[in-house]
Amino acid sequence: MKSAWFRYLPLVLLAVAWEAVARLELVSTSALPPLSEVAVSWIDLVRTGELVGNTGASLYRATTGLLLAIVVGTALGIGMAWWKPINVLLSPLVESFYPLPKSALIPVTVIWLGFGNGSKILLIFMGCMIPVTIGAFNGARSSEQTLVWSARSMGANRLRMLWDVVLPSAMPELLNGIRTALALSFILLVSSELIVAREGLGHLIGFLGANGSYDAMYAVVMTVSFLGFAADRGYQMLVNRMLRWREQTP
Amino acid sequence: MARTDAVMPDHAALLEAPAPSLARTLMWGFARVFSIVALIAAWEGLARSGQFTPFVLPSLSSVIERIWTDAISGDLAINTGLTVYRALVGFFISMVVGILIGVAMSRNVIANWFFDPIVSVGFPMPKIAFLPVVILWLGVYDVAKITIIVIDAIFPVIAATLIAIRGVERELIWSARNLGANDRELMWQIVLPAAAPQILTGLQVALPLSMIVAVVAEMLMGGYGLGGAMMTASRFADSRGVFAGIVEIAIVGYVLIKAMSVLRRRLLIWHQEAQEPTTT
Repeated sequence: MKSAWFRYLPLVLLAVAWEAVARLELVSTSALPPLSEVAVSWIDLVRTGELVGNTGASLYRATTGLLLAIVVGTALGIGMAWWKPINVLLSPLVESFYPLPKSALIPVTVIWLGFGNGSKILLIFMGCMIPVTIGAFNGARSSEQTLVWSARSMGANRLRMLWDVVLPSAMPELLNGIRTALALSFILLVSSELIVAREGLGHLIGFLGANGSYDAMYAVVMTVSFLGFAADRGYQMLVNRMLRWREQTP
Repeated sequence: MARTDAVMPDHAALLEAPAPSLARTLMWGFARVFSIVALIAAWEGLARSGQFTPFVLPSLSSVIERIWTDAISGDLAINTGLTVYRALVGFFISMVVGILIGVAMSRNVIANWFFDPIVSVGFPMPKIAFLPVVILWLGVYDVAKITIIVIDAIFPVIAATLIAIRGVERELIWSARNLGANDRELMWQIVLPAAAPQILTGLQVALPLSMIVAVVAEMLMGGYGLGGAMMTASRFADSRGVFAGIVEIAIVGYVLIKAMSVLRRRLLIWHQEAQEPTTT
C-alpha cells in the first residue's frame, strides 16, 4: 500500500533541509557544509585511497575483537550453564564487570599494548565478551529439560548433548547477545580511535576535524554511521536465516 | 523472539535443593566471594612479584592509596559529581523526550511517519562518531557533553516505548473505554502502566550507555570529570591515576545500575515479574 519511497521520505526531506540550510547560509558553512560538497569530498577520499585504507584497519580491529569475544564468551556462558563449579567461580566476576562503562578501559589497553591494533582488539574483546557470555548463559540455562532428558534417554553422551541440544536451544538468546556486542564493538572502536590511534576511521575523523576540512570530516562520519547500520542489518538477515528451523511463533 | 524464561521458575523450583543447612549457606557464600578475592589477590601478587613494571600494572594497594589522596584533596568528589551529573542529566532528557516521542509515534500517524525511518536508521548507527560534529557546533563544555549523551541514549528509549505501547493488550483498552475512560485517563491509567516493564527495560539499556558516552566525551573533550582525569593521568604516564580511574568508574557504574534495578523492582511491585526470582 505504502511504497518504500513514501516510507523513507522523511530522510530525503532531512537531506534536502540540510542542503538548503547550508546553501542559504543560515548557519556557517564550516559548521555545516552542504550535503553535495560532503558527497564530493567523499568521492575524493575514496579516490586517494585514504578512506579505503582506514576502513580496512577499523574493520580488521572490530572483526578480530568481536570474533574472539564471541568464541570465548559463548564457551564461558555455556560452561557456566552446564557445570555448576564454573558458574560459582565466574558469575560473581561477570556480575561485577557487567556494569563497568567499558570505555573506561581505553587508557588501560593503551598502557598495556600501545597505540596500534593490539589495544583496540583487546578493548573490543573485553567489552563485547560479557554481553555474549550473558546471552549464552541465559539461553543454555533455559534449554528445555524435556529435550535434555529425552536426548539422554536416547543415549546421547554429554558432549553430543551439548552440541545437539543445548547449543541450538541457546541460539536465539546467544544471537541476541551477539547483536548487543556488535553495536558495542562499533562504539568502542570509534571512541578508542578518536582518542588514541594513528589510523582507522575514528582517527581520520579527528584528523580531518583538526585540519578544518569539515566537509571531509562529515563524509567520514556518514561512512562510519552507514557501516554500523549495514552491519546490524546484515547481521539480522543472517540471524533470520540461521533461525529458520524454529517454528514461527507470532 | 519468543521468551522462554517465563517457564524458568518452575524448573528452578524443581531442581532446587530442599532447605539448605547453615554450613551449606556459608559454603556458597564463601564460594560467591572467592573469585573476587582471588582476582584481587592475583592483581596484588602479580604487581608485587616484579614480573611487570609498576607502569604496566601498579599494585592494588598503591592504587587505593591514590584514590584515598584524591578523596582527601576533594578532586574525587568533584570529578565523580560532574561525571554522574552529566550522565544523569543526559539520561533524564533521553527518558522524558524519548518517552514523549514514543507516545506521539504510537498515537499520531504523522509523527509515526516522520520518526519511524529516523529511528530505524538511527538506532543501529554508532552515534558516537558524531562527537567531533557536536564539538564543532557546541564546543567542549557541559552542553556538548550532555548533547552527545542524549543523541546516544534516546534511541533505545524511543524504540522500547513504541514496542511497549503497541504490545498493550487490546482487551485492556476496550474494557477501559467501555467503563468510560477518556483519552487522558486511558494513557495515564492503562497504557503507560501496562507498558512500564518494557519501557523500563529500554531505560536499563539507556543508563549504561549514558555512562559509556559520558566517559568517552570527557576523555575527548577534557576538563574535570572521571574520564578527563583518566586522560590527564594517561598523558603524564601516571598509570596509578589511570587504574584509580578504572576502579572509580567501575564503582560508579555498579552503583547506578544496581540503583536502577532496585527502582525497577519498586515500581513494578504490582507486576508478576517482581515475584519471580531475578536472573542477574
